[in-house]
Amino acid sequence: MTAASAATPTHRIRVGGRASTSLSVGVISTFLMIVVVLPIAALLWESKKSGAHGFWQIVSSPEAVAALELTFGAAFLVVLINAVLGTITAWVLVRDDFRGKALVNAVVDLPFALPTIVAGLTLLALYGPRSPVGAHIAYTRGAIVLALCFVTLPFVVRTVQPVLLELDVEMEEAAQSLGAGRLAVFRRIILPNMLPGILSGVALALARALGEIGSIVVISTNIPYHTEIASVYIFNQIESGYPDYAAAVAVVLLGAAFVLLLAIGALRFFTTRHERA
Amino acid sequence: MPSRLGLRAVALAYLVLILLAPLAMVFYRTFESGLHPVWQTLSDPDTIHAFQVTLVATAIAVPLNTVFGVLCGLAIVRRRFPGKGLLNAFIDLPLAVSPVVIGLCLFLLYGRTGWFGGWFLGHGVQILFALPAIVLATVFVSVPFVAREVIPTLRELGNEQEQAAATLGATRWQRFWRITLPSIRWAVIYGVVLTTARCLGEYGAVAVVSGRIQGRTETATLRVDDLLQNFHAAGAYAVSLVLATVAVVVLVAMTVIRPREGSL
Repeated sequence: MTAASAATPTHRIRVGGRASTSLSVGVISTFLMIVVVLPIAALLWESKKSGAHGFWQIVSSPEAVAALELTFGAAFLVVLINAVLGTITAWVLVRDDFRGKALVNAVVDLPFALPTIVAGLTLLALYGPRSPVGAHIAYTRGAIVLALCFVTLPFVVRTVQPVLLELDVEMEEAAQSLGAGRLAVFRRIILPNMLPGILSGVALALARALGEIGSIVVISTNIPYHTEIASVYIFNQIESGYPDYAAAVAVVLLGAAFVLLLAIGALRFFTTRHERA
Repeated sequence: MPSRLGLRAVALAYLVLILLAPLAMVFYRTFESGLHPVWQTLSDPDTIHAFQVTLVATAIAVPLNTVFGVLCGLAIVRRRFPGKGLLNAFIDLPLAVSPVVIGLCLFLLYGRTGWFGGWFLGHGVQILFALPAIVLATVFVSVPFVAREVIPTLRELGNEQEQAAATLGATRWQRFWRITLPSIRWAVIYGVVLTTARCLGEYGAVAVVSGRIQGRTETATLRVDDLLQNFHAAGAYAVSLVLATVAVVVLVAMTVIRPREGSL
């Protein structure tokens, strides 16, 4: 293949032939099949065993509904908080200048580096029963929101930051010279440019928040109907020997993850449409 | 400008309240009652074993996912094959789905009544509640990181250099080792750092499949949970401190690597 393409330089040279394509695709799909696909198929199979009626009965049982409501409610709230504060943080990191900015920029990634259970413990140390600032909110629903804020903090910052870096300041200056106020510049120029970044950050953060467990088990009491999130519900059902209950709620979370991945993919497709054209 | 200072204050206050102050408190709480309890916990055989289990799982998952990530990145960026879009979307799944769900998937697949569980048990191989399940869970949760870093770098790189090398007679291996890999090395390293951090910190999936047997199938993160549930907070903080220190090292590595990755 290589020799043939070298002999006919007018042809577009293909780096990697058809045989090696099948080989590498074969290796990749075998790996994914064993590691990811088969386990997920086993989950879908287990939930299929209960049938559509049984599935619905489990998912609509009061405890499962309470857990799912809490999970989705807390996740949406946290994502909203981080959409605003994450955007502000990204803005400060790009447009502002102060001593120690590089350090702040590095610290934003802490939730990616820190094990989630340690994250939960750190929050417990500051906001738990022995809180030195008198802010004892551990073991409440507020603690769940706090933990989710921690673990999802970097997403919006890291998706908005590159957009702001590329955004041309001249556009804003032109608008200002034409008489636009600061609010108008923000609403008409900055926000529309940041929006795709914010949205994809929000989608990633939402996916992360819906599935979080490590930081929450430490700082929440995980009481059914009150502070039990979906992941803990699934965990408890497995421990109690009801894999069918666990599987049904897990399928709901899996479905949400799929929807979010599709949304992120669609967003990526939409925002790069000019580059592809 | 007052609004600039205001925004700066909001951003910094948020970061301090959510990230830095809690982290600082862990360091404080760990050494609150002196060095003795810290040393006692860290030299406990069960704790040492827990760190060993975590390290073994990480040592298996990181190389596997690095090779996979590079192969996958090359395939997605440079090759055409049916199902590529699906693969591209699917590879992020471990990031989007709850680790507990991942644990449950493995539990169902390798459990006594699962598709594979019976077969393995029949051949005397214990998967669930043993090291293999811990490794499988760790590999699953950390699949996407290297691929995610490598893909954009490969896109930007293009393949002109490799075409040039090909016309000059370089074999596929030579092109990979001499051109492709050196060009994407910082992206690979960055991905490896992220993968390592994820493997060391995995909790949800491992909690489901490991059985959490003290001194046998406990990982470092499960050890933290275990100590905490047994009202041994000082011990939990001590183990956390080690993990947090590793996280800080990871953070420093990320900060050093990221600018280089950007410049290829």
